[in-house]
Amino acid sequence: MAKSSSLQKTLSQGVTLSSAMAADSSDEEDLSVNDQAISASEDDEEGSDDERKHQKLLEAISAMGGRKRKKQKERSEASVQVSEFFVNAEGTGEKVNLSDLLKTIEKTSVASNKTKKQLKNLQDSKQTLELPLNKQQTEKIQRSIAYEKTTKEVSTWENIIVQNQKAEQMVFPLNQESSAPKLVEQVVASWKVQTPLEQEIFGLLHKNSQPSNDPVLTPVEEASLKAMSLEEAKIRRAELQKARALQSYFEAKARREKQIKSKKYHKVKKKGKLKKFVKQFDEMVKTNPEEALDELKKMELARMKERMSLKHQNSGKWAKSKAIMAKYDDSARKAMQEQLQMNKDLTQKVVVPSDDEHESNEEASETVPDFANDPEPVLDPVNPWMRGQLTREEPEVSRVTTEEAQTAEEVNEEEELLGEFERKRKLRQADEEDLMTTEEESKKEEPASEVVEDDVVEVSDTEEEAEEEEEDVSEFNTLFRLMRSEKTVEGPKHTPGQEVEEELLNEGEIQVRNMEDLELLGEDVEPQPTAEASLPQTAAEEDTSEPLNKKKREIDLQEVLTKEAKAVRVPFLPTVIEDEEQGEQISLIKEAFAGDDVISDFIKDKKKQEADGMPKVVDLTLPGWGEWGGVGLQPSQRKRKRFTTKMAPPPPRQDRKLPDVIISEKESASVASHQVSHIPFPFQNTAQFESSIRTPIGSTWNTQSVVKKMTKPKVLTTLGAIIEPMAKDMKNNKSTTPAGKEPAIVLEGNKTAKGDSEGSEKSRRRTKSKKKKN
Amino acid sequence: MAAVVQEVLTSTHVEKTNKKKKQDPFPGEAPIPHKRLQKFRRGEKYEVPKEARPDLKEAITFSEAMSELAQKQAARYDLLLPEDAGFLEGDEDEDTNTISQDDIAAAVDITSGSKYFNLHLSQFGPYRLDYSRTGRHLLVGGKKGHVACIDWQSKDLMCEMNVMETVNDVKWLHTEAMFAVAQKKWLYIYDSKGLELHCLKKFNDVLRMQFLPYHFLLATASATGFLQYLDVSVGREVKAICTKMGRLDVMCQNPYNAVIHLGHPNGTVSLWSPNQKEPLVKMLCHRGAVRSLTVDKTGTYMVTSGLDRKLKVYDIRAFKPLHSCFLPAGASCLSLSQRGLLSAATGDIVQVYQNILGSSPVFKPYMAHRLRGQIWGLAYCPFEDVLGIGHGEGFTSMIVPGAGEPNFDALDANPYRSSKQKQEWEVKALLEKVQPELIGLDPGQLSKVDQATFEQRHKRRVEELDEIQQSIQERTEREKELKVKSKEKKTLENKSTLDRFRK
Repeated sequence: MAKSSSLQKTLSQGVTLSSAMAADSSDEEDLSVNDQAISASEDDEEGSDDERKHQKLLEAISAMGGRKRKKQKERSEASVQVSEFFVNAEGTGEKVNLSDLLKTIEKTSVASNKTKKQLKNLQDSKQTLELPLNKQQTEKIQRSIAYEKTTKEVSTWENIIVQNQKAEQMVFPLNQESSAPKLVEQVVASWKVQTPLEQEIFGLLHKNSQPSNDPVLTPVEEASLKAMSLEEAKIRRAELQKARALQSYFEAKARREKQIKSKKYHKVKKKGKLKKFVKQFDEMVKTNPEEALDELKKMELARMKERMSLKHQNSGKWAKSKAIMAKYDDSARKAMQEQLQMNKDLTQKVVVPSDDEHESNEEASETVPDFANDPEPVLDPVNPWMRGQLTREEPEVSRVTTEEAQTAEEVNEEEELLGEFERKRKLRQADEEDLMTTEEESKKEEPASEVVEDDVVEVSDTEEEAEEEEEDVSEFNTLFRLMRSEKTVEGPKHTPGQEVEEELLNEGEIQVRNMEDLELLGEDVEPQPTAEASLPQTAAEEDTSEPLNKKKREIDLQEVLTKEAKAVRVPFLPTVIEDEEQGEQISLIKEAFAGDDVISDFIKDKKKQEADGMPKVVDLTLPGWGEWGGVGLQPSQRKRKRFTTKMAPPPPRQDRKLPDVIISEKESASVASHQVSHIPFPFQNTAQFESSIRTPIGSTWNTQSVVKKMTKPKVLTTLGAIIEPMAKDMKNNKSTTPAGKEPAIVLEGNKTAKGDSEGSEKSRRRTKSKKKKN
Repeated sequence: MAAVVQEVLTSTHVEKTNKKKKQDPFPGEAPIPHKRLQKFRRGEKYEVPKEARPDLKEAITFSEAMSELAQKQAARYDLLLPEDAGFLEGDEDEDTNTISQDDIAAAVDITSGSKYFNLHLSQFGPYRLDYSRTGRHLLVGGKKGHVACIDWQSKDLMCEMNVMETVNDVKWLHTEAMFAVAQKKWLYIYDSKGLELHCLKKFNDVLRMQFLPYHFLLATASATGFLQYLDVSVGREVKAICTKMGRLDVMCQNPYNAVIHLGHPNGTVSLWSPNQKEPLVKMLCHRGAVRSLTVDKTGTYMVTSGLDRKLKVYDIRAFKPLHSCFLPAGASCLSLSQRGLLSAATGDIVQVYQNILGSSPVFKPYMAHRLRGQIWGLAYCPFEDVLGIGHGEGFTSMIVPGAGEPNFDALDANPYRSSKQKQEWEVKALLEKVQPELIGLDPGQLSKVDQATFEQRHKRRVEELDEIQQSIQERTEREKELKVKSKEKKTLENKSTLDRFRK
């Protein structure tokens, strides 16, 4: 047994470990299964029933015989026969009902009433999951949802559709470029910057008002050419020369000082500097506490560094050599002590910054006005490429001047020492001095004490002059500053072009205002209706109210042709007798007698016409119907009355007030075929429609421009152009402006032009709205 | 340097802005005089009803704006017609009618002076005449068959012939390329070279002719009392109306509405359109026969003269006489110029009256000219201060200052047009030809809604709607009844079952 178990162990190890043994694995597995069954039966010796044993045995046998692995039963329910390896439920095929479970609960009094109730409820409520909807219904729901979605999506276009419907004219393709050859400026203007590098470049160019297409001079240059007179330019040039000379001198001086090897000189110089610094610091505490704080921080930093390093601890090579010498050499000892002192000073809380050699150099160069080095005045503070030297702080200059004042008051031994050094060096380097004298002759006589001051501008003969120089420098600097401030105030966007634009807009407003005034003036004078050709009609209308009086309508003979004739004087009487005049006598006689005849004829005619116009009485009586008929028998009055119908009287005649005129009342249907017989859509009555077509649109009656405007086609397409569907981004652009983005480069001329057009458009719109109001 | 430049720049900028700020002394559009605006007004402005729908409002405002713009523009462009007519002015105590034509011709410039001339054609007179619409060409027809067309300004004879028949009237058609001659029997059409193009035997015994230029209609009045219309563009008789008024030898047209006026021996004047078999209007003007009549360019006034030696001015729109005057010899021929000068032939004298179309009567002629022989034809030359007179001794061209319209519409009738322009105009005119159905007293009729049919339609629609409504109502009622019935039935059934149960 122990053997087998060990064997199994090793086998199982083999299975798990080696994949190389996969070939034999099937056999081994079989083996292991058998072993398992055997071992299991053997292991559970202690608490074993006979039954169980028997069953196990059976199982094992069956497994061996059928070469089938026995399926292990899952442990789902407690059963009487419990094995550690598998559980064989008694009622494997049966379902477990809730009621079965509940029975046990009822038996046990431990379960609370509450849970009992809940369980009962659960048992009672036979809730089942609802059936899924059938296909048609689900599809219907899906459709409705899809419809909602699409309506939402499509309704975003509604605004544009309305706009386009209202638009007087649509031009397709929508974002059209004119095919005509463009100006270079326009092409440049429409070109848009894309890459970041381009953006940067054009940003700079634009901010410096550099021309993007190259004319000979930039606008600034042109302006300067215009602005500067020759004398001014000369003066400026001289100043610049002077400044440059100063600068070169200072540079030379700084170089010279750097070359001095005397340690004493440097030491003295340093000390002097230190003192000055302390003084300055005191002052700074009073005037500019913030900067003082900064300085303090610096000092703190230096202290920290000192504390960390062994620089002044007499531990270096130099210190060691000195230490050897210190026994005999006083100076060496002193030097060592000095070094220690230095350490002390530095580690103490208030310390002087150690690296001031560079500062001195820098300061020397700083005194020179900045602009001397500038290749060209840079107007824009934003330009990083030009900023290099200009961003240097100006206040330093002013500080220098104050320093100078201080140092001038104070004369130190050290300074004297320095002066001595200076003198010696002078003697040595006479040739250098000569060079300097070329620049300024007076320099030779410079007092040494003044020359020593290394922080001060020392070129001028006297202090006053130096001061003047300083003032000049500061003046220029302040000018620069002013310029810059102006620039910044203006801002990069606020270019003069824009101002012009704004002004144009303003002017447009003024014009509009004036136009309104004009219109008001026009309104004061009321338009008076001109006499219309419809006079007879109006007369007819007037008379409709009058009761028709037949007797009055009779035309009096006196009324016809009553107009009094006036004789006309003629300068010479006719001499030639006309053909017709031969019978003039006859005609005269005719006139005399037939005049009335003509008139009566006419009146008869008119009466006849009127009679024709009157509706006839329809008599439908049949003689002999319903009564006796025959010759001489008239149908009775009653009958006649019954069977005669009177038609409605026609509208009053147009000529009823004109005795000598017959106006035909017959309506000719000829025009009707050309007339509009029903009113088109937006109009509600004839008056509206007629008023809308009262102005002809043909070129015969209108000026060319008006005709073009009136007969503008609703949709305009360019021949051969592809009309693409509207892009989605047009939705938003359309509502604001047709040209969404401004071009990267905006030329001055273009800008103004654009402003013009915008202004005019605005004014037009305003007038339009005004009209609408009217 | 830069600082200075900047300063300069800013200063120049300031200057510029100052310049811009200088106010325009005449801001906005140039104002248009109210009077001139009124001249180009077309009807009343329509006020937008407040409760109108937005689309209607938009439509009305747009049309109003457009008409206003059109009016304004027209008024503005009126500036381009600067020519003005002048008149003859005499010295103190001098009547202008005593100034002889020779004096005038001597006083004016040579070209104008050359417009006074006589053609001595005593053989075949008396002459009828007609000027072409542009005023360049003259057509004269002698009673005894002499027909000639002349470019009268250059005195260039285009054609001359004798038709060997009595010529009653001559008339230019739409261009100077064709003219119609009413001969003894038929109506003939010739071209400008004198070639006979047509002989219209449907038009017989024509005495007078009128050409309606925008309709391309030649209206003829015959001795048999027929008024006939010939469509020149298609060569078809549009209408023949028997006037039943006897011989028609007095005829003129109203240029405003293309209505033909006929004068009759019984003293009446009748107005005709091709669309009606009876006269539109018949008015009694004279006690004797009407000898001559004419209508002014605007269609406002008609001037008639009759055997009763009276000259009458009528307001043809209201059909009312304005004033009448007594001419000693009566006027055998009348003609109105473009600017409203009336010329009347009294015997052998031609008198020209000024301001006769006003309301106040005139006592003195503006000009007078004596001719030899009886006057048969009288016509003003368009766009020229010239009156052409056809008489027994030939033709006389007389200068009448202020007669012609100084501003011509080059798109309509251009006296200086080239042959190419003429061709183009012809095509355009043919395309824009007005149909004869549109001739009526009111030419604005076309722009009105056909009220009769509109009302009819409206009525019909209302009726239909009523019917629909009625049917719907009926149906609903029926349904209601049915419902009620079914309910009753149900209740009855229920009751009956209940009763049965109870029993």
